[in-house]
Amino acid sequence: MTYAIIVFLPLLGFLYAGLFGDNKEPRRAELVTTTFLGVSCFLSWLAFIAVAFSSDPQAYVVPLGNWISVGKLSVEWSLRIDTLTGVMLVVVTTVSMLVHMYSIGYMHEDESQPRFFAYLSLFTFAMLMLVTADNLVQMFFGWEGVGLASYLLIGFWYTRPSANAAAIKAFVVNRVGDFGFALGIFLLFRLTGSVSLEAARAAAPSLVGVNVHVFGMDLDALTITCLLLFMGAMGKSAQFLLHTWLPDAMEGPTPVSALIHAATMVTAGVFMVARLSFLFDLSPAALNFVLFIGGTTAFFAATIGLVQNDIKRVIAYSTCSQLGYMFVAEGVGAYGAGIFHLFTHAFFKALLFLGAGSVIHAMHHEQDMRRMGGLKDEIPFTFWMMMIGTLALTGVGLPFTTLGFGGYVSKDAIIEASYTAHGYVGAYAFLCVVIAAGMTSFYSWRLMFMTFYGRRGEWGGSYAEDMHDEHAHDEPQHEHTHAHAVHESPRVMLIPLGVLAFGATFAGVFFRHWFIGGGFEGFWKESLILAKGNHVLEQMEQVPWLVSFLPFLMMALGFVIAFYMYVVDKTVPAELARSNPLLYRFLLNKWYFDELYDFLFVRPAFWIGRVLWKGGDGAIIDGLGPDGVSARVLDVTRNVVRLQTGYVYHYAFAMLLGVAALATWYLFGGLR
Amino acid sequence: MSGNWVLSALLILPVVGAILIGLLRGESKETLQNARYIALWTTIIVFLLSLYAWSQFDPAKPGFQLVEQSNWFSSVILYKLGVDGISMPFVLLTTFLMPFCILASWRSIQTRVKSYFIAFLLLETLMIGVFEALDLLLFYVFFEGGLIPMFLIIGVWGGKRRVYAAFKFFLYTLTGSLLMLLGVMAMYWTAHTSDITVLLHTHFSPTMQFWLWLAFFASFAVKMPMWPVHTWLPDAHVEAPTAGSVILAGILLKMGGYGFLRFSLPMFPDASVYFAPMVFALSVIAIIYTSLVALVQEDMKKLIAYSSVAHMGFVTMGIFSGNTQGVQGAVFQMVSHGLVSGALFLCVGVVYDRLHTREIAAYGGLVKRMPRYAVAFLVFTLANVGLPGTSGFVGEFLTLIGAFQANTWVAFFATTGVIFSAAYALYLYRRVIFGALEKPTLLTIQDVTFREQVILVPLLLLTVFFGVHPQPILNASAASVELLLQGVQHAAAAVRTAGL
Repeated sequence: MTYAIIVFLPLLGFLYAGLFGDNKEPRRAELVTTTFLGVSCFLSWLAFIAVAFSSDPQAYVVPLGNWISVGKLSVEWSLRIDTLTGVMLVVVTTVSMLVHMYSIGYMHEDESQPRFFAYLSLFTFAMLMLVTADNLVQMFFGWEGVGLASYLLIGFWYTRPSANAAAIKAFVVNRVGDFGFALGIFLLFRLTGSVSLEAARAAAPSLVGVNVHVFGMDLDALTITCLLLFMGAMGKSAQFLLHTWLPDAMEGPTPVSALIHAATMVTAGVFMVARLSFLFDLSPAALNFVLFIGGTTAFFAATIGLVQNDIKRVIAYSTCSQLGYMFVAEGVGAYGAGIFHLFTHAFFKALLFLGAGSVIHAMHHEQDMRRMGGLKDEIPFTFWMMMIGTLALTGVGLPFTTLGFGGYVSKDAIIEASYTAHGYVGAYAFLCVVIAAGMTSFYSWRLMFMTFYGRRGEWGGSYAEDMHDEHAHDEPQHEHTHAHAVHESPRVMLIPLGVLAFGATFAGVFFRHWFIGGGFEGFWKESLILAKGNHVLEQMEQVPWLVSFLPFLMMALGFVIAFYMYVVDKTVPAELARSNPLLYRFLLNKWYFDELYDFLFVRPAFWIGRVLWKGGDGAIIDGLGPDGVSARVLDVTRNVVRLQTGYVYHYAFAMLLGVAALATWYLFGGLR
Repeated sequence: MSGNWVLSALLILPVVGAILIGLLRGESKETLQNARYIALWTTIIVFLLSLYAWSQFDPAKPGFQLVEQSNWFSSVILYKLGVDGISMPFVLLTTFLMPFCILASWRSIQTRVKSYFIAFLLLETLMIGVFEALDLLLFYVFFEGGLIPMFLIIGVWGGKRRVYAAFKFFLYTLTGSLLMLLGVMAMYWTAHTSDITVLLHTHFSPTMQFWLWLAFFASFAVKMPMWPVHTWLPDAHVEAPTAGSVILAGILLKMGGYGFLRFSLPMFPDASVYFAPMVFALSVIAIIYTSLVALVQEDMKKLIAYSSVAHMGFVTMGIFSGNTQGVQGAVFQMVSHGLVSGALFLCVGVVYDRLHTREIAAYGGLVKRMPRYAVAFLVFTLANVGLPGTSGFVGEFLTLIGAFQANTWVAFFATTGVIFSAAYALYLYRRVIFGALEKPTLLTIQDVTFREQVILVPLLLLTVFFGVHPQPILNASAASVELLLQGVQHAAAAVRTAGL
């Protein structure tokens, strides 16, 4: 019952705000949705504690009813609660509750606030359905549901063409991933005759080494299933090749970016792999692919983050990169470490986004970091909160201990775990995450220095070529009012920052013992595959001291370079950009993926559509078929019958007579 | 008569309504209002009656129920009616959509009002007849007879190019039905009966099945419509009045699928297995081809019409997958598509009544002034996209999972349809609903009226209800589909053995 309340309260909030929300009197809808989320959050923590620290290894399943049942296919609505779900419940409801609260301040001037809160609650409901799913189809329901909410929220400011384009892009790119997810479900059903997690878990060992004939080939059943399902994870978690939608998704209001595009929805892919760890763990090939994609994304997104000027985009690429870290952990079999990073990342990344939102709010909806600078003393609270977020993201902590900010504990664990992986892919992923750690530190400090240090607008003229960045403004209704004083945000926005900062600081140290430390087995129980993870964990204890020191070194290096370039000698960035124009443009334009996809997929789709319509339907099918015939007939009739006088009746009667005559002829003449 | 009367009543009532309207004299305002109300009440009573029929129907029994039979009609054509789990949902769908069609025509039809409603009521009789007939010739009469009122509705009350559209519709369907008529004759000569219940147990030789299958296919493929005989549909939709489009998409397109399930699959199982790869190919082409074409449409109705062809591709694919999930999914997809595409055409009708254009470019930013409309349109768009939680998902999911078991490549290509459908549907929604409200013609546009809400809200609730709880329809068809598949699976097994 508690579990049902956790999941369905946000749905009630959505219905309330959606049906009874009043744009002129938005406070009621805001309070109802936020209170519901508060209750849901409180109960989630209770549920988490109850499940994670109980000795009962079994998952608790609450049946809600039958959804689809056809032949042997049976899909149930139900809520599955185990430690993994408990962790996700806590992450989702906590961040969601804080974001609801923060939005009361942030969206204060908006015209349709109830709609915004309705969408936020709808998202939360779908996300909770996703993490509590007991079968893959219900997971798919939540999966697409969060996609819908993301679509609605990215396009929240619907008068802006760029927001609408970004919303559609997010949905369609996610659908490409879902295409794989769906095929994965179909294949799993064919292999096991069921779509439930329990059945898949039971059948998984018997599928090892089994070949299945799909797409004209004999493929390893487990590997192909995992790869198809992972395609869905790649779309939702914005991994390399399917990442293009995430930066554009920053078109949505900033609280949305914090909730959906940093803390929760984008981690659904990581959750899915962990949830299906009993499948992935049996297929080394699939795990290697996960490792490869994760490492590549961690590296590639970080490179783009180095040069972006939009404060939200820097954090967006950072998210993309950090998601790559989580997949690296899962790729080496350290599922606990992946979820641990998901957990700490949710706090510090939501903190960074909400902090950025506070900056944007203070700057009267300015997002371009080049127009910022020197904000440290004007918005000190926000500054310190961002500082904590940065310390957590870059992974500051005491070397050779387990004491440090969130990212220090979880990210460094991933780097160490990836060192223990064997083979070329493992080495490649290790290299990627180590280098990315340095870049993470660089772009994070670059953000801090450009925004909070120096003088206002001193970076204004440095990169003249992309001054007219169309994405640089958060809200179109508001003209640039630089004349207005910069102001600290209201308390309703600052409290959530404080709570998240607390989490970003202590979550790592406090929970390490259970997520990846000694209390590991008793904590996860059967919700993750532990055998191999444990093995990785033991190896992690024994990595050379240099490897454990490496992340810290990279972090320090990134800081020093950023400090030199953006505080000491401020001519260096422009100089570097000028001396490496090709590389700079390549990174600034995000490796040209958007242009490439536009050229490869979008334009051809429209072009083929037009050709098929005009050429296929128009010229060939109609030209040879009905038009050819009817043109002849119409030529004749046009001269005979005037158009108005119901001459269509003539055809109708001709038809009727024809049918009747034929029937009569055959039945009474022809048959006897 | 054998005690059952309800199916006959369903057939006769609309005719009675039509006669009553025909008896009205004059063209005064009151007369026309009376005609509208007679039509509305008739369709409502027919719907209630069909609910009664449903309550008498036992979904656990696979065979025909509520059967009635009489020879008075003619010495050759048997008047025999009955429903099973496959036809019952379609009868309900027909009677359910009808009142909404009448309401949607309330103001938009101002010329020849009485004839219009008479045509609609007669159309209802004929459509119900198609799903109730248990005699092959009776079926044929209803099946082809339904064309005539539809043809008139497009040709008389349609748009600017109505004559072209009606003529194209006529040419295509006539060609198909003539071939089918030959098939019907051949079956009659072979089996010496036109009783469907007997024909279902008649075994036709493989060669015979081959030709009969093709003859029936010609007609059903046009009705579906399948690629490449689909080009009549966009034109017919564009020119038809709103209610005509609803019936066209909601019911007439389902007759093809129903025909496959009633005749092709059970009566010619060997040929069905033989031709399944061809149907798969055509279905996949339809899904991808028409989705791409839908992407570039500039006319709202055309876009939805092309998307209908794509969705019917899922239906044909599901039917010929030859397994429970595929066939039940196809039945469900047809019912769901009937609701969703009908609702989408009604949505287009709402703005067409205000602006008298279907051109997408004429709209933009409607959400500003029409928030309720935007919500309804969004839900139906999402159902069209197959979002889980709407009825559209269940049908697509089941047909795809069925197809995957039959042929993985088919499922692979068909699944790409989920990407395309998201693209064209959301692109349409963006251009019509989102953006800035700038066009001068739109500045004073009004949100949905009470009458329009009465039309849209029930459809919306049903779309979501069946998305979360599809079992009422799935349960109704389960037993009959199981019975139907026994024959097909037997044939498929025979082919496999022969192949070995």
